[in-house]
Amino acid sequence: MAFTAPNRARAREIVERYPFKRSAVLPLLHLAQDQDGWVTPEAMEEVGELVGISAAQVLGVCSFYTMFKREQVGGLVVSVCTNVTCLVRGGPELYEALRARYASDDDVFVEEVECLAACDTAPVMQVNYDYHSRMTPETAEAVIEEYKSGKRTRRGISGGRITIAGSDR
Amino acid sequence: MGETRIVTKRLRDHPDDSWTLERYLATGGYQSLSKALQMAPAEIREEQVKASGLRGRGGAGFPAATKWSFLGDDVDQPRYLACNADEGEPSTFKDHMLIEGDPHQLVEGIVIAARSIQTRNAFIYIRGEFALGADRLDQAVREAYEQGWLGTNIKGSGMDLDVVVHRGAGAYIAGDETGLLSSLEGERAMPRVKPPFPAAEGLYACPTVVNNVETLSTLPAIIDKGGEWYGSLGVGKSTGTRVFSVSGHVERPGNYEVELGMTFRELIYDLAGGISGGRDLKFFIPGGASSPWLMPSHLDVPLDMDVVQNDYKSMLGSGAIMVYDETVDPLLVAWRLVKFFAHESCGKCTPCREGSGWLEKILYRMSHGQGRAEDMDLLLDVSDNIVPGLNAPFAQTTICALGPSIVSPIVSLERFFRDEIVERFGRPEVRAGEEPPAVPSGPTVPVSFPAGAGS
Ligand SMILES: Cc1cc2nc3c(=O)[nH]c(=O)nc-3n(C[C@H](O)[C@H](O)[C@H](O)COP(=O)(O)O)c2cc1C
Ligand code: FES
Repeated sequence: MAFTAPNRARAREIVERYPFKRSAVLPLLHLAQDQDGWVTPEAMEEVGELVGISAAQVLGVCSFYTMFKREQVGGLVVSVCTNVTCLVRGGPELYEALRARYASDDDVFVEEVECLAACDTAPVMQVNYDYHSRMTPETAEAVIEEYKSGKRTRRGISGGRITIAGSDR
Repeated sequence: MGETRIVTKRLRDHPDDSWTLERYLATGGYQSLSKALQMAPAEIREEQVKASGLRGRGGAGFPAATKWSFLGDDVDQPRYLACNADEGEPSTFKDHMLIEGDPHQLVEGIVIAARSIQTRNAFIYIRGEFALGADRLDQAVREAYEQGWLGTNIKGSGMDLDVVVHRGAGAYIAGDETGLLSSLEGERAMPRVKPPFPAAEGLYACPTVVNNVETLSTLPAIIDKGGEWYGSLGVGKSTGTRVFSVSGHVERPGNYEVELGMTFRELIYDLAGGISGGRDLKFFIPGGASSPWLMPSHLDVPLDMDVVQNDYKSMLGSGAIMVYDETVDPLLVAWRLVKFFAHESCGKCTPCREGSGWLEKILYRMSHGQGRAEDMDLLLDVSDNIVPGLNAPFAQTTICALGPSIVSPIVSLERFFRDEIVERFGRPEVRAGEEPPAVPSGPTVPVSFPAGAGS
C-alpha cells in the first residue's frame, strides 16, 4: 500500500532531516514496514520517488538488511538469538521449540537472529523488537500469547511505536 | 578491587529513572557542556581529551583526540560527526545499556565532541533492533533541543548543532565505520577502501569522525573532572575505565565498569562470581567474537589493550568477555562464530565472502559428529587465503576487518585445541607414495605461538 496521508507527511519530514535525501531510505522503509507489516513493492516505488532514486535501487538497499521483510510475515516477528552466549544458554532449543509451536500460525513469524546485545540475560527473544529475557519455551509461549490476545502492546513490525500518535517511527 | 563507575554511575545509582531529563539535571547533567562551551575547540581536544588518553571503545582502541585532529582546520567545508551505536559484535552489550540507561550522557558527549571538531551536524546510527533505545534517544534529543542544548546558538555560545537519530535495519557490517557511512547515505552497508579515511572523505565525501557510544559517553566526565584526572586512572596507555560485558558460564553475567589494569581473573571470578556451578573454566574470548581466545593460564593477564595485543596476540576489542566451562565443545563455539561471520559478510571481498561459507561448512561437520581427520588442516588452508600467514597481527586481504575476524576462532582452535581435535578425528590418512603429513607437530600453515601463550 502507499503511505497514508499522515505517514506521507511524516515521510516528508524525515527526508527534510538529511543534507541529502537518499539518507532517508532506511527510516522511510521502517515507516512503510510499520504501516503495512512488510515492505510492499508499492512502498519501494514511493520511497524511491520521495528520495529521487528508482524502485530497483530501493530494493537493492532493502534486500541487504535483515529487518526488512519483503513478504507478509504476520503481525508478530519473534526473533530468537542463537549466537555464542545464547548457544550455551538454551537459545537453539528455544528457537526450535517456538518454530515448531508456531509453524502453522500465520500471525507469528519465528526467526533465528544474531546476538541481540543482551547476553547477560540469555537466552534472549524479541517480539517486534521488544526484549524478553531468560526465556524458556514455556515462558516464551506465554509472552507470545499475551501479545496475541492484546494483553501486551506490540510495536510495529519494524519496531516503531505504531500505537503512539505523533511518533515518527 | 571492585568496579570504578564513571559512565555507568548514574544508571547504577538510579536504575528506575536514570534516562530521564529530570534525573540527568539533578545529577550534574549538562554542567560539563556548560564548561566546554567556554573552551576553545582545540583546548577541549588537547588539554582535556588528549590529556585523558581516551582511546576508542568500539574495538580498535584508537586515541580519540588524534582521530579528531585529522580533520584539520578548514572549517568552511561541511564536516560531520557520527556516533556508532550499532553494537553488533556478538556478546557485547555495553552500548545497549548506556543508550537505554543514560541517553542524555551520550547526547552531552556528542555536543562536546561536536564543539571540538567544529561540526554543525551529528548523526547517531543506532542498531535497528534497539527499539527502546531509539525511543529513549529520540526523547533525549527532543528534550535537549527544548532545553537549548541542541539547535542554534546553543546557550548563547554561537555554536549550532543538529543531531539526527538514525535507525539501522539489521546488518552487523554497518558497525564498521565505513559500512556505517555507506548505510547512513542510504546505501547497502558496504565498507569502503581506506584511504581515504573518513577523516578526509567520510559522510557525503566530507571530513567525518566516527566514535563509539562509550567513547562519547565518557566525555562529560572528562570535562567535569579534567583530562589529567581521567588519564591518571588505568594502566600504561590504557587509561581510565572500560565497561566489560561478561557473559556465558559465570554466576553473575553483566556489565562491569572497571579501571583498566585489573586482571581477567578479578573480573571473571571476583566481580562476575566465577564459573557457574563450580565447574572449571575451559577457555574465554576476551574482546568480542573477533578476538582470538585465551585459556585459564591467561587469567592473570591485565586488562591492558597493548599487553593483550602484543604479548598474547589477542585484543580487548569491544570489551566483551565470553566465558565457557569445561562442558563446552570449542568446535561448536567456533562453528557458531564463523556462521555469524558468514551470515554477516557483505559479499564485497572474495576471500571473506567465499572463505566464510567454506569454513562454516567444514566447522559444521566437525562440530556435528562428521569431522574428518584432515579437516583441521583444511580449515587452516582456507584461512590462509583470508589472512596470509595466519600470524598476529593478522594480515588483511579484505577491505574491512570482518575478514580477519573469521580466522580468529580457527587460529584459536589451532593454538589451544589441536591435540583434542586430532584425538577426536584421528590423524590424516597417509596415502601410498606420500610423505606423512606433519600432524600434530606442525600444521600445513605455520601459526606463530606467542611466548607464554601455550596452555
Ligand atoms: C565488522 C566490524 C564491525 C564493527 N562494529 C562496531 C560496532 O558495532 N560499534 C562500534 O562502535 N564499532 C564497531 N566497529 C569499529 C568501527 O569501525 C570504528 O572503529 C569505531 O566505531 C570507532 O569508534 P571509536 O574510535 O570511538 O572506538 C566495527 C568494525 C568492524 C570491522
Ligand atoms: S548471544 Fe544472544 S543476546 Fe548475545
